[in-house]
Amino acid sequence: MTGVRYNYGTAMLAAFEYLLEKYPEVFVIGQGLWSPWYVGNSMTDLDKKFGAHRIIDTPVSESACTGAAVGAALAGMKPIVVHPRMDFMLYAMDAVVNQAAKWSLMVGGQAGPGLTIRSIINRGGEQGAQHSQALHAWFAHVPGLRVVMPATVADARDLLIASVLCPDPVMFIDDRWLYDLEADLPPVVEYPLALEGPRRLREGHDITLVASSYSTRLSLEAAEQLAQQGISAEVIDLRVINPLNLDLIVASVEKTGRLLAVDGSWSPCGLAGEILAGVAERVAPAALKKSPARITLPFAPAPTASVLEKAYYPTAAMVVSQATKLMDKAC
Amino acid sequence: MLAQLRMMLKIRLAERCLADGRRERLIGGPVHLGVGQEAVAVGVAAELRKTDRVFGAHRSHSHVLSMGSSLHGLFAEVLGKDTGLSRGMGGSMHLWDQPNGFYGSVPIVSGTVPLAVGAALAAKMQGGGDVGVSYMGDGAVEEGVVHESLNLARMLQAPAIFVVENNLFASHMHISLRQPKQATARFAAANDIPYEIVDGNDVVQVRAAAGRLIGRARAGEGPGFIEAVTYRWYGHVDWREDIDVGVNRSAEHVDAWRRRDPIARLVAGLKAAGLMDEAWLNSLEADIGVEVAEAWQQALADPYPPLSAITSRVFADAGVAA
Repeated sequence: MTGVRYNYGTAMLAAFEYLLEKYPEVFVIGQGLWSPWYVGNSMTDLDKKFGAHRIIDTPVSESACTGAAVGAALAGMKPIVVHPRMDFMLYAMDAVVNQAAKWSLMVGGQAGPGLTIRSIINRGGEQGAQHSQALHAWFAHVPGLRVVMPATVADARDLLIASVLCPDPVMFIDDRWLYDLEADLPPVVEYPLALEGPRRLREGHDITLVASSYSTRLSLEAAEQLAQQGISAEVIDLRVINPLNLDLIVASVEKTGRLLAVDGSWSPCGLAGEILAGVAERVAPAALKKSPARITLPFAPAPTASVLEKAYYPTAAMVVSQATKLMDKAC
Repeated sequence: MLAQLRMMLKIRLAERCLADGRRERLIGGPVHLGVGQEAVAVGVAAELRKTDRVFGAHRSHSHVLSMGSSLHGLFAEVLGKDTGLSRGMGGSMHLWDQPNGFYGSVPIVSGTVPLAVGAALAAKMQGGGDVGVSYMGDGAVEEGVVHESLNLARMLQAPAIFVVENNLFASHMHISLRQPKQATARFAAANDIPYEIVDGNDVVQVRAAAGRLIGRARAGEGPGFIEAVTYRWYGHVDWREDIDVGVNRSAEHVDAWRRRDPIARLVAGLKAAGLMDEAWLNSLEADIGVEVAEAWQQALADPYPPLSAITSRVFADAGVAA
């Protein structure tokens, strides 16, 4: 592909610049926006380029800032709230779940807050249990909220733009472990978020790997390794997990007969379980060559010591190992 | 002032109608009535315009009507009808009339306080001199987000007007059992926000304070805070008085506050000034009574939302492929 070279972080920076230049109603509010170390390379110098009145670094008030963005959206603005770690966003649950997500329904569809809540999964580095969480499944449980998880450089830019232009409240979740991904991108094309959904990133015929965000990166790496063993893995990147469109996954599993869902969070009532349940409901038992499986975190808060962190988070090797087991006829 | 008398009477009779409708079980859901508190919304709204952004809470019939909403729209909403302010999807606790400046009310205590700050911030960015208004009760100031919102509004100099209707009760609990001091304006002082504490049963006082603080906000001088001390005659919810159900609430208290009726006080003042007489008042009450009765009958006859509304109103962008 020809185009300009970006990484996942600078792709988001490009999205911010595009939006702020083109749409005067876009503004950004959150903690750390005037600091170089809260949001990686994804917002560098935006305050200098667009002014502190549009790039608003705030008091330590997740709840009020998120609520204020909801109110500003109802008043015609297109705000982006930034939570540099998802863990701290839990203070803002009322604004997200009770207010933003329900507003349209509660007022009969006559108004709705078109705001984007950018929350970042920022874990590892011995940061421990409160600087590590990936709570996307909570938000995928809530009607009225769109939840977006970009796994690629292109999506980091273009899904952010689509989220901000969407008239509905959107939770856009990016992952610091993806910021070094690189790709050449063509010029921006705006598209409606409501029509976006899962996408097949790699074609295969033996097994279907379903993932989102960083888990998609692991699955792509695993698929590469599996190919060397003669196993052809199809990789589907979810991209939008609320509302979740299962059509592509169902068609893929009907073809491969095997499903492995990979998710970087906990298993109970989680995203991987939702994929398995959706497939169980819609794929005929006879079409399944093996019982579907999932890879998730151990059911425990994140540990601190790096030796424990290494064992805690899923790896491409774990995906390869589990996929190989699903291919094993004796198993 | 006659316009404010008319509006207070309209709200009073509308809420009496809703109390009856609830008692007769024509209304299926809870109604939080503000009879006795009419002067607060009417005094504030007298200083507002349609492009301002008003947010309410669970007890917001007066807030929406004072902005000029129709009685029929309110009644139909409370009855869950498709013709209601929120197209029958909200009921009494989720009112919406944005074309009249009423952005919405919800029953999560303090839920809309930061929303009003954000709508005010938007007004500042949009440059039209509009303000955001956040109505809340004395119980709301016990929620943490109110303090975040006051601080944020002050730091961003957002034209937000916080209106605390201090009716001394949060549900059944008297303020003396919930807060060490009874003046909620102390939180405005703590956040360096100009405030006024007024007799919330005196529409003239409320309007004067609102005029000063809203004027500042429109001029770009930042947020303001009004504490209006008042009292609700009914209990927390529905038509009962909750005498001796609420802690520290007795018939003597209710009677004492009834004698401070904001409508009777304004009537007495207008009569003393020779601006109206009893015959004029009777005629006004009769006219509003007819208006209320007609709106109620029409709302009762209106259709409910279609079943498709359960899912069709969740997203603004209906291009859902799920």
